[in-house]
Amino acid sequence: MHDLIPLAALGAATARTDTIGTLTLTEVPDLALASVAARRGQEMACTAALSKMLKADLPGPGKSTLADPVSAVWMAPDQWMLMAAYSSHELLAGQMRETLKTKAAVTEQSDAWVCFDVTGEQVVDLSERLCAAPVRRMRTADAQRTTLHHMGCLLICLESGAEMRFIGPRSSAASLHHALVTAAQSVS
Amino acid sequence: MTQPNRLPGGQIDRTKTLKFHFDRKEYKGHPGDTFASALLANGVRLMGRSFKYHRPRGPLTAGSEEPNALVELRGGARQEPNTRATTVELFDGLWARSQNRVGSLSFDLMAINDRLAPFLTAGFYYKTFMWPAAFWEKLYEPMIRRAAGLGALSQQPDPDVYDKGFLHCDVLVIGAGPSGLMAALTAGRTGADVILADEDFAMGGRLNSETLSIDDQPGADWAARAVAELSAMPNVRLMPRTTVIGAFDHGIYGALERVSDHLFRPDPGKPRQVLWRIYTRATVLAAGATERPIAFENNDRPGIMLGSAMRTYVNRFAATPAPRVALFTASDEGHQTARDLIVKGVKIAAVVDARPDAPRATEFEVLAGAQVVDTKGRLGLKFVDVRLADGNMRTLECGALGVSGGWNPNVHLTCHQRGRPVWREDIAAFVPGGALPPGMLVAGAAAGEMSTAAALRSGADAARRALGLRGRKPKLPVAEDAPVTLKPFWYVEGASRAWLDQQNDVTVKDVKLSHLEGFRSVEHLKRYTTLGMATDQGKTSNMGGLAIMAELASKAIPEVGTTMFRPPYTPTAIGAFAGRSVGMEFHPTRKTPSHVWAEEQGAVFVEVGNWLRAQWFPQPGETNWRESVDREVLATRASVGVCDVTTLGKIDVQGADAATFLNKIYCNGFAKLAVGKTRYGLMLREDGIAMDDGTAARLAEDHFIVTTTTANAVSVYRHMEFVRQCLFPDLDVHLISTTEAWAQYAIAGPNSRKVLQKIVDPEHDISNEAFPFMACGEITVCGGLRARLFRISFSGELAYEIAVPTRYGDALIRWIMEAGAEFDIVPYGTEALGVMRIEKGHAAGNELNGTTTALNLGMGRMVSKSKDSIGSVLSEREGLNTPDALRLVGLRPVAREDKVPAGAHLMAATGPVDAAHDQGYVTSACYSPNLGHHIALAFVKKGADRMGETMRLVSPLTGVETKVEIVSAHFVDPEGDRLRA
Repeated sequence: MHDLIPLAALGAATARTDTIGTLTLTEVPDLALASVAARRGQEMACTAALSKMLKADLPGPGKSTLADPVSAVWMAPDQWMLMAAYSSHELLAGQMRETLKTKAAVTEQSDAWVCFDVTGEQVVDLSERLCAAPVRRMRTADAQRTTLHHMGCLLICLESGAEMRFIGPRSSAASLHHALVTAAQSVS
Repeated sequence: MTQPNRLPGGQIDRTKTLKFHFDRKEYKGHPGDTFASALLANGVRLMGRSFKYHRPRGPLTAGSEEPNALVELRGGARQEPNTRATTVELFDGLWARSQNRVGSLSFDLMAINDRLAPFLTAGFYYKTFMWPAAFWEKLYEPMIRRAAGLGALSQQPDPDVYDKGFLHCDVLVIGAGPSGLMAALTAGRTGADVILADEDFAMGGRLNSETLSIDDQPGADWAARAVAELSAMPNVRLMPRTTVIGAFDHGIYGALERVSDHLFRPDPGKPRQVLWRIYTRATVLAAGATERPIAFENNDRPGIMLGSAMRTYVNRFAATPAPRVALFTASDEGHQTARDLIVKGVKIAAVVDARPDAPRATEFEVLAGAQVVDTKGRLGLKFVDVRLADGNMRTLECGALGVSGGWNPNVHLTCHQRGRPVWREDIAAFVPGGALPPGMLVAGAAAGEMSTAAALRSGADAARRALGLRGRKPKLPVAEDAPVTLKPFWYVEGASRAWLDQQNDVTVKDVKLSHLEGFRSVEHLKRYTTLGMATDQGKTSNMGGLAIMAELASKAIPEVGTTMFRPPYTPTAIGAFAGRSVGMEFHPTRKTPSHVWAEEQGAVFVEVGNWLRAQWFPQPGETNWRESVDREVLATRASVGVCDVTTLGKIDVQGADAATFLNKIYCNGFAKLAVGKTRYGLMLREDGIAMDDGTAARLAEDHFIVTTTTANAVSVYRHMEFVRQCLFPDLDVHLISTTEAWAQYAIAGPNSRKVLQKIVDPEHDISNEAFPFMACGEITVCGGLRARLFRISFSGELAYEIAVPTRYGDALIRWIMEAGAEFDIVPYGTEALGVMRIEKGHAAGNELNGTTTALNLGMGRMVSKSKDSIGSVLSEREGLNTPDALRLVGLRPVAREDKVPAGAHLMAATGPVDAAHDQGYVTSACYSPNLGHHIALAFVKKGADRMGETMRLVSPLTGVETKVEIVSAHFVDPEGDRLRA
């Protein structure tokens, strides 16, 4: 077992939390991500295998399936991003590759992204200052790919009107954090 | 009395008093006032000087269409020029000063221009300042700009922040007058998502300014109740202080919300303004109408204003421009204004009604068939000269004159997608016509519905149509519904210096001159006279100019046409368009996994794309960058160095057809690349020009990792997706970027393997035999962490690139430095990286510059003839394969102490130095610490055949002429022994 100390995307050993007014912004490093794209001709088989594993139907466009321990977000036709706790699923991509074999192209994405969860009454107001997604109409488990301050992001509604998840490019974590903090200050 | 012209009533909060300054003098007003209304209440009519003639001016209007009352608001970095006093909401501590004057506002030295008016007609500077030509830029233009103009910028960075925002709705209602409120109520009551935006800080539109009734209650009260009902609806968003500035494609509208403009300064962290992008299914434009003035001699004195503005000041703001007022009208509007003023206690000198059959009134004198022909009063109106119906003259003493010349529907937003308004004879005005922006409906006065009842009715109807509602119509409030007919009355016969466009000092005479000189098209008229330009965009002037041009050309007004209305509807700060993209946040910053560690080492960073990369790592005692870079290069070639190369693009390519796909995008072959091997690849554009280079490592039969250059990572990925989705959709291949997922370090130098062997877990053999040059594989490091290892070299040394999940990148660089300590390992930055690749003769972005081919790069034979790949056919074009084609070579100075500057051009040893004799150019240059002199890479015609030739390297602009020798581009280890060691 290695003893390398991981850093959170903002560059510290521990995740950052900001409280601004009634809003709380939390960096979420405990997130394993794996991209799963059905191979050509294997779409049905891939969907069936994934559904069986998730014990739920796979989400369609604009949707996610929020489940424990593994959630899925629709990314493109026959392509999903799987989410799970990194602490328990660090090897999520490898496990999926083993499960799906040639049914899908699986790629580890855990460290390609930074994740911030934002909670609070004004989370919709905050989101409206940042991206063009119809956040006020989003219900729990709705998900959108969107652009936020020139950064391609994934927006997931964890709880309608109360909690949003922003997943953005990891190398731009500080810029994304700045965008969230300034928007929180604007609306709080 | 501190506010001599303050009247009773109004919608101001008299329980609070606000102090403010204008030209350093203190005044008092109340919440609910605008800056202009408060000044008027304090007896101040003179608020500015005109653009060209520096004539004294006061407010013409009470809204955003204001051409005259422009001031510099606030001070210091927040100084905002050309601010319309009529839209500034009064706040405590407001500080403003007049602009465009030399001396004081009441004694402006530049008013001499008014005396010189005969010489300063429209277009005078085109004709006058012709000679000498060189004087225009240095003398004439600065002089004119100083003499004529608007306010001044602070020349300091804007201290405030601006937000952008995004909203979605079913119905966007623009304007909260009677029709807008009725539309919002109708739509809101159905449960639809509604946004109601109004530029004013108080919703209600003209209902706040008029004394009319709705449902037997004052219109303002009805409006307040409507707003209260709307604000209680969760599906309705009320946006006061918000101007919808443009109608864009696909139901998108731009709206500027002035969040903090009514405050002394924005609260900490709060934006000054928010530029909203509103996505809507349907829009009800209820923007109302703008009253138009009448042109007569000297119609611009302070105190002369639109009759509707006068009613707004009196009824809403409880302020009169003067205790004694006259009215000039061609409709019943002027009579209504007189009645409203009398109720408030203002004396009426007379109502001058141009209509011979004007109705009589008992409360005030009506001069039927009369016209105002001139005015007097240097800094403010004192007398009005009236030509009576019988031809006799009469002078009225008054401090203000209300002018009512009809109404122009605010059609602007209907034209933002090239819709052209149409003429309606009964109201003598343009109304929305042609193709409106999809989903837009127009209601109320903006649609030419001029009575209150018609406005309410059309607002409700528009909302129902917007939502596709059918069935029984709801009961509407009862309101006045008098038929409205307007006879046009544009200007008083014989008037010359009668102002049409008060913002640009355009007179009736100027329009006539424009016609005389052949500038008769409405677009030419605008540009010749500047009619309709600047902050008000001609909202009160365009129609007057058109009418006069039509008369001169003996055409009907619609035949003359209108100029095009474009966004924004009202002036919008550039800061609002920039939003948060300013300063260090102009674009996102990307940081490498070793950024924290590199900062600790005191690295100097350079921006590459959006990445911050370590450029070099200064050590104590080093006095300049060259010392640091030379040390890093020498240490790496002597022992070992490490460099963060995470920024290079990494694209995961998977699928049964992955190899076939790579064979398409690379010009060289990949189908037979063995698993566990890496190959250098060159991508061509469709036209045969080199696009990017990199490597592809085959981790499995159906799995490759493609690398790209840092700068081209996104464009290459986009290209590959295009090829996958559009050119070869039948291939089983999937792409995804993994650039950020893996922290990747280059470890280079003869001791690199020894360092790695201390990191890579022992079950992975990385000896030269087991893991030779160009090998790749998935391994574990540091006791079990998954990693990838590539034996590739950019430096020309024995070298590897090792990748681990990014979160462990910081820990790994620290581990590598610790493991390499016994070998005196050094971190090296992008400068040393560049030096080593030039020494090795490796092409990079400087060489793949969008004009070069594989042949130019010396890689012509890499373009496989045994397969079809993108760009391979067009790379064979005759023009790209001439015998004297450029070839990549090395250069060294004949005199070793000479520099070899990048960008310099190569000429033959003797002969002319000009473009016709150009032999090539330098793309990359550096000082080579290994060779002890400068070296360069260059493209030279027939370069491969000219080894040993001496040429002149010239840069005429910088005075460089250096003798250089053409040599191989591979300055270091040309046989490649080191990297295979």
